[in-house]
Amino acid sequence: MSLFDIFRRKDPAPAAQAKERLQIVLAHERGDRNSPEFLPQLQKELLAVIKKYVPIDDDKVAIKLERESGCSVLEVNVELPVGKARAAAAAAAGKPAAAN
Amino acid sequence: MAKIVTMTSGKGGVGKTTSSAAFGTGLALRGFKTCIIDFDVGLRNLDLIMGCERRVVFDFVNVINGEAKLSQALIKDKRVENLYILPTSQTRDKDALSKEGVEKILDELKKEFDYIVCDSPAGIEKGAQMALYFADEAIIVTNPEVSSVRDSDRILGVIQAKSRRAEQGLEPVKEHLLLTRYDLERVEKGEMLKVDDVLEILAIPLLGIIPESPAVLKASNVGMPVVLDDKSAAGQAYADAVARFLGEKVEHRFMKPEKKGFFDRLLRRSA
Repeated sequence: MSLFDIFRRKDPAPAAQAKERLQIVLAHERGDRNSPEFLPQLQKELLAVIKKYVPIDDDKVAIKLERESGCSVLEVNVELPVGKARAAAAAAAGKPAAAN
Repeated sequence: MAKIVTMTSGKGGVGKTTSSAAFGTGLALRGFKTCIIDFDVGLRNLDLIMGCERRVVFDFVNVINGEAKLSQALIKDKRVENLYILPTSQTRDKDALSKEGVEKILDELKKEFDYIVCDSPAGIEKGAQMALYFADEAIIVTNPEVSSVRDSDRILGVIQAKSRRAEQGLEPVKEHLLLTRYDLERVEKGEMLKVDDVLEILAIPLLGIIPESPAVLKASNVGMPVVLDDKSAAGQAYADAVARFLGEKVEHRFMKPEKKGFFDRLLRRSA
């Protein structure tokens, strides 16, 4: 660094931005790479089954396979619409749905 | 036992062929019988970098198809003892290389050579996969730049999933990082990824840092592997990388700038 750098405005160094962006994008891509090939199909079929009972949007199902030491965890997240969720829960319990 | 070393990168233009030529020549200079194979079917270039383009008669694909013997296609280097080049074909048929054909040739080469250096084409498709399939070790050529680092990470994934060693559950392919076109001045200014940054992201051992150097272009102009230019920083860096590959402990150079005098620093300002 030279004497004159002291008076310069400090932006985050471009290289630091490059590193940060790479770390984020690669974390994402490595996750996708390690997931088994059947996952997208499984997601599609699960979605179809759930849709038979509850009307949900296609993008409201997230499916993830995580490997930890000794076991794998298949995580399925389904986001149900508020009113419909209650109706579905009530229907499952065999009671009439509460008015919303 | 012969070793197959694949020079690969995912991204194009980062210095795979330059590095294959320099690294293979470096191995031969150390007394190992070495063959460098150009796997970039359709885009033959190793012959130009090695300066033997006018001596190509038969190529890799001719040998696979049984149109020539391996000994007819191998070109013996005129400068370095123990060094041979197997040029690729200019055919546009991208299925010219078959796994069986490549395996047969590699098996034949293994009987005669200590090291077989495979110069991979860019990409992660069939050509690149063919070059890395039989690898015992892989050298990932990376520039300190976002797209090159990302592509290196992709190709590491391919090596770990699709190489023969991975498929057959053998000991994994040994990976090395070769960081090329490293510009210390720009790193110091925070404009370029540091070697430590790239190492942290890719998490593979560092084989060498090749500094950005005018010697590389000059050497390619005249068809000379840059390692033969032992006065140049790049040439020395390749020789160091070869020594490390052979298990010698050589300290990394070009990681810190040369010491500058007081006046240099004062006058540098915004240079």
